[in-house]
Amino acid sequence: MNRYPLWKYITVAIALVLGFIYTLPNFFGESPAVQVSSAKVTLKVDANTQARVEDALRAASIAHDGILLDSVGVKVRFKDTDTQLKAKDALERTFNPSRDDPQYVIALNLLSASPQWLTAMHALPMYLGLDLRGGVHFLLQVDMKGALTKRLDSTSADLRTLLRDKKLRHAGIGREGDRIVIKFRDAETRNQARIAMGDNVSELALLEQGEGEDLRLVATLKPEAEKKIGEFAIKQNINTLHNRINELGVAEPVIQQQGADRIVVQLPGVQDTAKAKDILGRTATLEIRMVDDSPGALDAGLAGNPPFGTELYTERGGSPLLVKKQVVLTGDRLTDAQPGFDSQTQEAAVHLTLDSAGARIFKDVTRDNVGKRMAILLIEKGKGEVVTAPVIRTEIGGGRVQISGRMTTTEANDVALLLRAGSLAAPMDIVEERTIGPSLGAENIERGFKSTMWGFVAIGVFMILYYQVFGVISTLALAANLLLLVALLSLLQATLTLPGIAAIALTLGMAIDANVLINERVREELRNGMPPQAAISEGYERAFGTILDSNITTLIAGLALLIFGSGPVRGFAVVHCLGIMTSIFSAVVVSRALVNLVYGRQKKLTKVAIGTVWKPGTAAVNTKEQG
Amino acid sequence: MEFFRIKNDIPFMRHALKFNIISLITFLASVFFLATQGLHLSVEFTGGTLIEVNYAQSADLEKVRGALGKRGFSDYSVQNFGSSQDVLIRLPLKDVEGSAKQGEQVMEALNADAPGASLRRVEFVGPQVGKELAENGALALLIVVIGIMVYLASRFEWRFALSAIIANLHDVVIILGFFAAFQWEFSLSVLAAVLAVLGYSVNESVVVFDRVRETFKKVRGLSTPQVLDHAITSTISRTIITHGSTQIMVLSMLLFGGETLYYFSLALTIGICFGIYSSVLVASPLVMWLGVSREQFITQKKAVAEGTTDDGACV
Repeated sequence: MNRYPLWKYITVAIALVLGFIYTLPNFFGESPAVQVSSAKVTLKVDANTQARVEDALRAASIAHDGILLDSVGVKVRFKDTDTQLKAKDALERTFNPSRDDPQYVIALNLLSASPQWLTAMHALPMYLGLDLRGGVHFLLQVDMKGALTKRLDSTSADLRTLLRDKKLRHAGIGREGDRIVIKFRDAETRNQARIAMGDNVSELALLEQGEGEDLRLVATLKPEAEKKIGEFAIKQNINTLHNRINELGVAEPVIQQQGADRIVVQLPGVQDTAKAKDILGRTATLEIRMVDDSPGALDAGLAGNPPFGTELYTERGGSPLLVKKQVVLTGDRLTDAQPGFDSQTQEAAVHLTLDSAGARIFKDVTRDNVGKRMAILLIEKGKGEVVTAPVIRTEIGGGRVQISGRMTTTEANDVALLLRAGSLAAPMDIVEERTIGPSLGAENIERGFKSTMWGFVAIGVFMILYYQVFGVISTLALAANLLLLVALLSLLQATLTLPGIAAIALTLGMAIDANVLINERVREELRNGMPPQAAISEGYERAFGTILDSNITTLIAGLALLIFGSGPVRGFAVVHCLGIMTSIFSAVVVSRALVNLVYGRQKKLTKVAIGTVWKPGTAAVNTKEQG
Repeated sequence: MEFFRIKNDIPFMRHALKFNIISLITFLASVFFLATQGLHLSVEFTGGTLIEVNYAQSADLEKVRGALGKRGFSDYSVQNFGSSQDVLIRLPLKDVEGSAKQGEQVMEALNADAPGASLRRVEFVGPQVGKELAENGALALLIVVIGIMVYLASRFEWRFALSAIIANLHDVVIILGFFAAFQWEFSLSVLAAVLAVLGYSVNESVVVFDRVRETFKKVRGLSTPQVLDHAITSTISRTIITHGSTQIMVLSMLLFGGETLYYFSLALTIGICFGIYSSVLVASPLVMWLGVSREQFITQKKAVAEGTTDDGACV
């Protein structure tokens, strides 16, 4: 009754071998490396780049321990951190000759030092969280309302163009809170406008209001449009963050959406939080608006009384100017921005490329406003700055725009970078920040490791003393549990944090429960006078129901933590839940397989080494001496 | 080795009332501390900034305080953390814009007036996030309670589910009571520990209840208290050894885990100690008073049969 069919042994053996293989990479440690990846979407890192890296290193006579090309970029290993730093400088010089316009990201990294065949079968070391490797974690809140307002502003500009194209006269278009209100003088025009808008702008829900002379059409964003705009804003912001973080040179940045309106940014190894924050926090957007040059208006504005619908700004040169609040174009319409020179004056300039809608609007505006001035504003953190306010000389079509005037080459580079790195679709605030120094990370690993190790040793010693052979088997099963858990964590590349290590320790502490239950049951059956083979079988059978029950209740708690937890709690919950699964397998199947191997083959088993089985009424009897 | 040489069933149920009065008193004391002192919530829940710095020599806390005071910080707390070289600085929330920058401002202040500090860790949590964490924590607790009750009710009987959850919630309140009484810091990882304990000590009740059910079915002619006594006595050795083993692990974390795991393992220690007590000596009497009897299992036998341990099937 205590024999497993061959396939069960094989299953256990395979599980353990796989567990061993996937745990293995964790023992090799990491070696310092430099990673070269592309800072631009258009630039691909390929075998050529790899050759260039090799040449550059040879030229600088720096020895490396291996070079590797993967989907992220070219990675080169070095024997120590000194060489790594030297190599980084050398590569930086070769790949980014101009500091202002980096083409490649050269970042320090750590690579697993495990042999190639392990890496080839995706056996990687556990993915360490920031609290173990050091780095910065930001949680950014995206201001969705801001995104919607911006969209409504640009939509109302679109509507104005549309109505003019259709030659429909209105008495004013404006945004009031979260709706656009268009005034009409007669019902007929309003009707036509409504049809025209319904045909052209699908994202608006239209409502007719007012009567007599004061007729209004109130447009609000449809819920699905709002949702889409929100999703787009997040996506756009994530893209922008990617571009900006590339400037920082971080090896493995994590930029992810969390919930409906938050973005998580994790920068392992980055210590300079101030710079990271500065770069993340730059919320520059571009706006093109018209300048109000009507006589007397500027003087009124300077006197603190600007005409309705205008704002006072100061140009880069220092001269004040009045800019209309109505936005002609925003950075959303921008597809590219490159620094360059004006072909006629040889002044530094930024060349902008607009998308098709932007190009159309720009063409219309320039056609209608020849001779007037147009202001190009950079809006950073709610504050605007007029970069330049050129006079429109002719109609500009084709969506290619040039900004020039009073800019140095460096400024042109900066503006282009800021604009190209993308404008954020919506403003963001940092709502959570965590910085962990590298020394603390290393300490945390050591603490977690020590706790687990000593706890494990103590439990093992106790189990072996108390349950003898069954104690050895229980301890082996517990070791198998640890092996499988670490293998699973490595395989899934789940993030391991300090609470995660605590969960490993705790899971082991709790997992021994199953073995204690089994061993106690076996002892009890022996006490009741059952023959050893039957007692083993009975003990396992009876304990199983209890083990299942108790693990399911623990699992319920673990799942609740996984669903509702965030940050450190989540790290704990993931390991805890996985640990419950592996502990059921190892405590029931692995330990049973071991017991069967040891005792199952003996037909006439008379004694079982499970420690002293005490029987009421008699003196203590050691099972070894039992008849 | 055999620690537990028990001849007859220990008459636990005779003292049921005493056990429950003891735990009622502990419970009320915990509620008292929770109500009067409240929990010392960590930055994660309240929002604010926490900065840990390390000095090469023993840190001069007065100097650090002075440096912060000079820069116009208010309501800050400065204390040693783990060792005399590590300093923990806590700052309350300001307006969002200001708070996100406090980390750098503090480092500037320290570099100017209390030099030699190296930054170990900064944690900043905005007000909204803190509120959400607290809400999610409460929600997680609720889901765990409901989930366990539903599971136990379907697996056993409503009486068992109710008494197990009462006994274990009372553990949770006692852990919280300790944290309130000693003003230990209640952080997210302590919350994780509390929930883990909840799932874990329900185990204990499950093991005892399993035995109760088995004894009711197998042995005739025992009164309910006798059945309960028998179930507790025959599982007591497993209870102590299991909890002892878990406690060994927790102790190891308490000793080697450093400051970060300290309160986590402290919460687990309290939870494990009271978990044994309550799930055995509080849950069982509750089941008895709720009127559990043999008939419930005889009539239920068919309905429950597929899930239960198959008695004697393998003999």
